[in-house]
Amino acid sequence: MIKLNVNGQAKEVDADPATPILWVVRENLKMPGTKFGCGIAQCGACTVHLDGKPIRSCSTPISAAEGKTITTIEGIASEDGTLHKVQQAWIEAQVPQCGYCQSGQIMSATALLEKNPQPTDEQIDAAMAGNVCRCGMYGRIRTAIKAAAGIGQPAKVEA
Amino acid sequence: MGKWSRRAFIGAGVVAGSALVVGVAVRQGNPIDRLSPLLTNNENEQLLNAWVKVDADNIVTAVIPHVEMGQGVYTALAQMLADEMDADWNKVRILEAPADMQYVSDSIGRDFLFPNLEVPALFEPTVAGGILELAQAMGLQFTGGSYSVRATGQRAMRTAGAAAREMLVAAAASEWQVPAGEITTADSMILHAKSGKSETFAKFALAAAEQSLPAKPKLKSPENYKIMGQPKARHDIPEKVDGSAVFGIDADVPGMKYAAVKAAPVVGATVESMDATTAKTMPGVLQILNMGDFVAVVADGYWQAQQALCTINAQYSKTEGDSLDHNAIFARYATYLDEAGEDGGDMQTEAGDVAESFAGAATKVEAEYKVPFLAHATMEPMNCTAWVRDGKCDVWSGHQAPVNARQAAADAAGLPFEDVTYHNAYLGGGFGRRSDSDAIIMATRIAKATGYPVKMIWSREEDTAQDHYRPSATSRFQGGLDKDGKLVSWDNIHTHLFDPADAPTVPYYNIASHKIRKVDVPMHLRFGPWRSVDHSQHGFFIESFVDEMAHAAGKDGYAFRRELLAGSPRHLKVLDTAAKMSGWGSALPEKHGRGIAFVPSFGSIVAQVAEVDMSGPKPRVTKVYVAADPGFVINPDGFIAQMESGIVYGLTAALYGDITLKNGAVQQSNFHDYPMLRIDEMPEVEVALINGDHKHLGGGGEPGLPPIAPAVTNAIFAATGTRIRELPLSKHSFA
Repeated sequence: MIKLNVNGQAKEVDADPATPILWVVRENLKMPGTKFGCGIAQCGACTVHLDGKPIRSCSTPISAAEGKTITTIEGIASEDGTLHKVQQAWIEAQVPQCGYCQSGQIMSATALLEKNPQPTDEQIDAAMAGNVCRCGMYGRIRTAIKAAAGIGQPAKVEA
Repeated sequence: MGKWSRRAFIGAGVVAGSALVVGVAVRQGNPIDRLSPLLTNNENEQLLNAWVKVDADNIVTAVIPHVEMGQGVYTALAQMLADEMDADWNKVRILEAPADMQYVSDSIGRDFLFPNLEVPALFEPTVAGGILELAQAMGLQFTGGSYSVRATGQRAMRTAGAAAREMLVAAAASEWQVPAGEITTADSMILHAKSGKSETFAKFALAAAEQSLPAKPKLKSPENYKIMGQPKARHDIPEKVDGSAVFGIDADVPGMKYAAVKAAPVVGATVESMDATTAKTMPGVLQILNMGDFVAVVADGYWQAQQALCTINAQYSKTEGDSLDHNAIFARYATYLDEAGEDGGDMQTEAGDVAESFAGAATKVEAEYKVPFLAHATMEPMNCTAWVRDGKCDVWSGHQAPVNARQAAADAAGLPFEDVTYHNAYLGGGFGRRSDSDAIIMATRIAKATGYPVKMIWSREEDTAQDHYRPSATSRFQGGLDKDGKLVSWDNIHTHLFDPADAPTVPYYNIASHKIRKVDVPMHLRFGPWRSVDHSQHGFFIESFVDEMAHAAGKDGYAFRRELLAGSPRHLKVLDTAAKMSGWGSALPEKHGRGIAFVPSFGSIVAQVAEVDMSGPKPRVTKVYVAADPGFVINPDGFIAQMESGIVYGLTAALYGDITLKNGAVQQSNFHDYPMLRIDEMPEVEVALINGDHKHLGGGGEPGLPPIAPAVTNAIFAATGTRIRELPLSKHSFA
């Protein structure tokens, strides 16, 4: 059994230590918000935080997470359900289209703002270039990150 | 987002296939009794017609017969229904229609099968019935072709909303004993000003359902639109920021196992033998299946299945495609085009005497263009979960044509359509790829072989190498200018034709003599619709050649197109708007260039101006200005998002997209060798919307794509003098 801390909760899973975190989270822990995109750390759809740092969970074995904390898209809102400011900005800027890459995008963005609360455009590029969006919502992602950082306001679309 | 509950499905029992009362009030018969168990959760909800229900809390639910893949169809179609119904937008919910023949759309059928069909009112019911039968035969509960708003929305959802409103008003008029003409509706309320009476829709929902369906409900004119034309937040977005949105790959069936698959690398080959000695011993492995055209490993977990699959050494049969590479395919295109010569091939459109006009032209230009095969590369790899047992089959996936998926599963399971339940989920990208049912068939076959539920997921490598590709193509032009530099002769012959038929044609350009032909070239690869389909190729061909002709005429690309569009004020306005936004003609820094392209497609007119910076080792697109006229924009923010999205999809292909073949097999495998545009290459995109004809709507999902490649290559020409006649740009050196 491998002991894990996922979104603040202690978990034990019976898995091969070489299994990528992605599949343990999705299949063993039944948390499907983290997505499979490429399997070789090329697209970022599987991004989660390991001790607060963004990692590609498709290419990181679960053994690497023992004794550390994993945070997934399901774990970034407050306990009372209040969305993270990045999630809120994502809604206001109407970022997602198909939505499949967005868990990874949001996990990369929250990690960026945690480390660098006021990123420049170049820093946003550097932090987000590992995340592919086939619907091409990069402009809105940039807008939303800046809004969450308090350095720009997205045009708010009426609910 | 509402989804069909299992309980509702079971409660509905066997679906009858005979009634033809789909959706709006114009159909014969009444399907409400049969559909109610599918659509309603409790006795406090009342179905008004097949497209709308009202519950006791006065919540109006729009039943959307299309799938959501990010294009915003749930929201735009709900806006159309709610506006005509005078519903309170804050109390509108959305439910995706089940994969049921009742939701096969004759509106889609009409626009798909018979574009521009005008029928005298007298014959309308007969024609509509005939189209519906055809549409059902084809399983046209289909999301694609940028059809949803312009066909289903315009013909069905608005009519359904207006009909529901009239039925509610009639019910209230009857109860209150007042003329229906004195009753008004607003915000899901029914009002009678004279008596001061007002009630909710919910109050009269039951009585309204008893009313006869109005034959011709009155639709609003644009000045009365309240919800249509307003930027509305998309209903599907909140669940796409917290991980709760359920995609096909997220299907969770108790007891399910996982399958990894590898198909024969060359399409048409079969697995002749395989050595699975190692795989059999690996942890979690349950079954190793030789399915003929592919190998499947079923295991307790997906990663275990994939690891075991990687150890299997399979031998494949020989096929005719084994000797082909992509260059041989282009050589084959050249041979067929050469053989067609001046008069061969299939004529698509012809006017005037092209031979004579070309012979007499003062300036003659010839050019040949090539575009490669392209994969769709949806972010969510192909996948499907299936369970075949006890004469029943359940299938879970995200598919653009749920009725087709259901039929494909039925065929693969060897069961009648009625015994298959298809559960559709969100699509992690469609772009045309999810209109084919190959993954549905594979998963159903695996599940039939195992007897227990199986989730099949393709690796990214499989997804890239086994796509149904956008065809590569070659297009040749001969153009002639008269002594004033006017385009008088246009002769085009090209390979392949998929859809839509008008993609190679240029009826909006005033060219006296033109001739457009195609040649079909046999191929072993499977092709599929790829966002904007043939427009993705012909947009590049046509707008590149127009630019070459402009240059040959010594004219500016914008001014030259203005001449060609003279007499079409609606088209001109779009072109002028994009040019003006871009500051066309103003100075740019050195090694920067501006290019313009104009492509009407899927009923929408789009012009784009791209700015490129050629000072580095590769082109950098810095800015794209877009003007678009889709007739009337239902959800402006959603439409703008579609323009942005189409541009990125098309720009990615223009810069990098290149599927190549060696020995008949695709050489690319993942994002390292089939690269994607990323945030650091994203141009700024500015979009202007024009409402040019509210009676004839165009689509949004695709029309943003076709102009971007030629706008960029025309800009490269402006900056460097290098004319790009072959995509992608990564093939060219700009050092």
